[in-house]
Amino acid sequence: MSSLALFLLVVALAALGWLMARARATAFRRGGSAPRAHSLPSYHGWYVALWTAVPALIFIAVWTPLSANLVMDEVMSAPAAASLPPFEMQRVAILREAREIAEGIRPGGFHPESNALAPAYADALSRTRTMGAVVALLLAFAGGAFAFTRVSPHFRARTRVERLVMAALLGASTIAILTTLGIIASLLFESARFFSLVDPLEFLFGTHWSPQIAIRADQAGASGGFGAIPLFWGTIFIGAIIAMLVAIPLGLMSAIYLTQYARPAVRRWMKPLLEMLAGVPTVVYGYFAALTVAPAVRDFGKAIGIASATSESALAAGLVMGIMIIPFVSSMADDSINAVPQAMRDGSLAMGATTSETIRRVIVPAALPGVVGGVLLAVSRAIGETMIVVMAAGLAANLTANPFASVTTVTTQIVQLLTGDQEFDSAKTLAAFALGLVLFVVTLLLNIVALRVVKKYREAYE
Amino acid sequence: MNSMTDTVAATPLRNDAAAKMTAREVSVFYGAKKAVDSVSIDISQDNVTAFIGPSGCGKSTFLRTLNRMNDTIANARVEGQIVLDGEDIYAPAMDVVQLRARVGMVFQKPNPFPKSIYENVAYGPRIHGLADGRAQMDEIVERSLKRAGLWEEVKDRLQDSGTALSGGQQQRLCIARAIAVDPEVILMDEPCSALDPIATARIEELIHELRGRYAIVIVTHNMQQAARVSQRTAFFHLGSLVEYGETSEIFTNPRVERTKDYITGRYG
Ligand SMILES: Nc1ncnc2c1ncn2[C@@H]1O[C@H](COP(=O)(O)OP(=O)(O)O)[C@@H](O)[C@H]1O
Ligand SMILES: [Mg+2]
Repeated sequence: MSSLALFLLVVALAALGWLMARARATAFRRGGSAPRAHSLPSYHGWYVALWTAVPALIFIAVWTPLSANLVMDEVMSAPAAASLPPFEMQRVAILREAREIAEGIRPGGFHPESNALAPAYADALSRTRTMGAVVALLLAFAGGAFAFTRVSPHFRARTRVERLVMAALLGASTIAILTTLGIIASLLFESARFFSLVDPLEFLFGTHWSPQIAIRADQAGASGGFGAIPLFWGTIFIGAIIAMLVAIPLGLMSAIYLTQYARPAVRRWMKPLLEMLAGVPTVVYGYFAALTVAPAVRDFGKAIGIASATSESALAAGLVMGIMIIPFVSSMADDSINAVPQAMRDGSLAMGATTSETIRRVIVPAALPGVVGGVLLAVSRAIGETMIVVMAAGLAANLTANPFASVTTVTTQIVQLLTGDQEFDSAKTLAAFALGLVLFVVTLLLNIVALRVVKKYREAYE
Repeated sequence: MNSMTDTVAATPLRNDAAAKMTAREVSVFYGAKKAVDSVSIDISQDNVTAFIGPSGCGKSTFLRTLNRMNDTIANARVEGQIVLDGEDIYAPAMDVVQLRARVGMVFQKPNPFPKSIYENVAYGPRIHGLADGRAQMDEIVERSLKRAGLWEEVKDRLQDSGTALSGGQQQRLCIARAIAVDPEVILMDEPCSALDPIATARIEELIHELRGRYAIVIVTHNMQQAARVSQRTAFFHLGSLVEYGETSEIFTNPRVERTKDYITGRYG
């Protein structure tokens, strides 16, 4: 019996348990033996259904991957397995074929060995499956029967079910947290391996980045290859400088327009339109940057006499990234401007200040902490952004302030280090984890600081 | 009918020789809703005028017509005529910026800007270009804070934030801010409603001191306060001006039934 069929069978059993328990609970309600039963009949139903399904499903979830190993062990110990070729890829192909023959998906194999192996495979498969099915069904029956015997007028099925629901919800949120912790742990672990090959100081403060060289064994961890400063600089140059030079003024000004000048009707259609920018997939921004903006920037650079202007430039990536970030900045600024009390605005207008004076001298200064918080969040997003820089910024690890030159960023290099055939323990690939760790730490800090600033600001006007 | 009427508004004191502002048949609409209904009143130069009346009767709305603060509300519309020293303030030629420098306003909740005490007071003079250089600005700030009775308390910490002061101090700071542009009229909309009794007494004292130098209009829901600080009282009800007269008259001998009911606390 396949896992899917088994799963469906268990669910069907649970449904049956649900119906039986409910019928029983309804019966003793009707029978008048307990006019005030503790729980509604359906809770008894759920109680039995959960006891039927949950243990059996947990068993299936554990058994399915485990049984694959058991099958493999058994097949490999069969006499026919002795004739398998030593070459890994061929072996895998033959085993897959044997499995398909055993399951009746294909009539015969391309490799003669697979035909020989098929009976052993079929044997092992049916044995483990039967075993799994028997245990799962036993568990389902036992659980269901146990729960069913407890169905009585005074049994607190509702409380039990609620508790189980809570446990399930807790479990769901724990999964997200555990996953994050797992990712952090792996980042830390792999970075530690990297730093055993490359001096952390060299990595953090070195200015020479050329990880390709270090692939050769005689140069593993060679000094000079992993100075990440050009990457950090490129990231800051594009994400925190050029992009912000675009996003801050445009975002702030559109927020000011929307909150202070636009009539409600205008605001109603303009705000969603602006926020639509945030819904454009980053890969679209990426090719917009690479195919439209970058050539224009290069031509402009050449036109104003910058010979070094290339078709991959910090400026092109930064400009497009800035556009992408606008809705982010403007919606944060919008919120903080709206949080400035109307009384503040009235106070200024009553002094004879014009609307723009009021905005410049009172509203923007009052909203500033909130805006700064928003900008920090925007920066943290910009430096983690990948698609645009991969497509438009380039790969050359230049340490330059020339916006027409190509620079590279942390995210671009991570992609670069991990694409293609890689050994997963060379300094080159491990460097990606170290870069990821740096990015993670910086982004985390930016977020913490930003949220603090914004929170403080909110409190100030409550 | 005897002398007590319920419908006819008392004649406004039209013959006040020292009228600073006069309103004639002023109505205010929020969209289609009429919030102030044909109010005519003279605001005296030398006296403190109090507006009293139950909440929602249009006191604030009418007060805000006097310096055109209703212009800042998108759906508000004003009809009628308001004259300041012979000039129609709703005439096209009237510059709102200058009007508001002449007719200042203090709000219900103290609303200092999140700037230093000094900058709060200097705000108006800067906007209107009243000071030539730092020394003159210092002088204006000091004079305004002194008139608002706040100087002694803050003279050593002018650079501290205005929002760090106590509620009562903040309100006096707002009065100093209004005074700094040397207005002719000061409008106060329930200036003490967010303050404790001691701070309230302080503000009332201040209103006494400022009387004569500025024409003062104060909205209050506190009748004792109206009796204490004002010489003229106007009673509003449901958007209309019901009765207007000498404060002593209004409180001891109201001519309209509704005024009497309100003052004796029968509704409100
Ligand atoms: N901005 C506004 N938009 C619409 N209606 C308003 C607005 N402000 C006040 N009102 C209405 O106008 C009436 C008078 O309000 P207001 O002048 O604030 O009364 P008061 O100051 O006497 O309590 C009330 O019914 C109030 O609901
Ligand atoms: Mg009011």
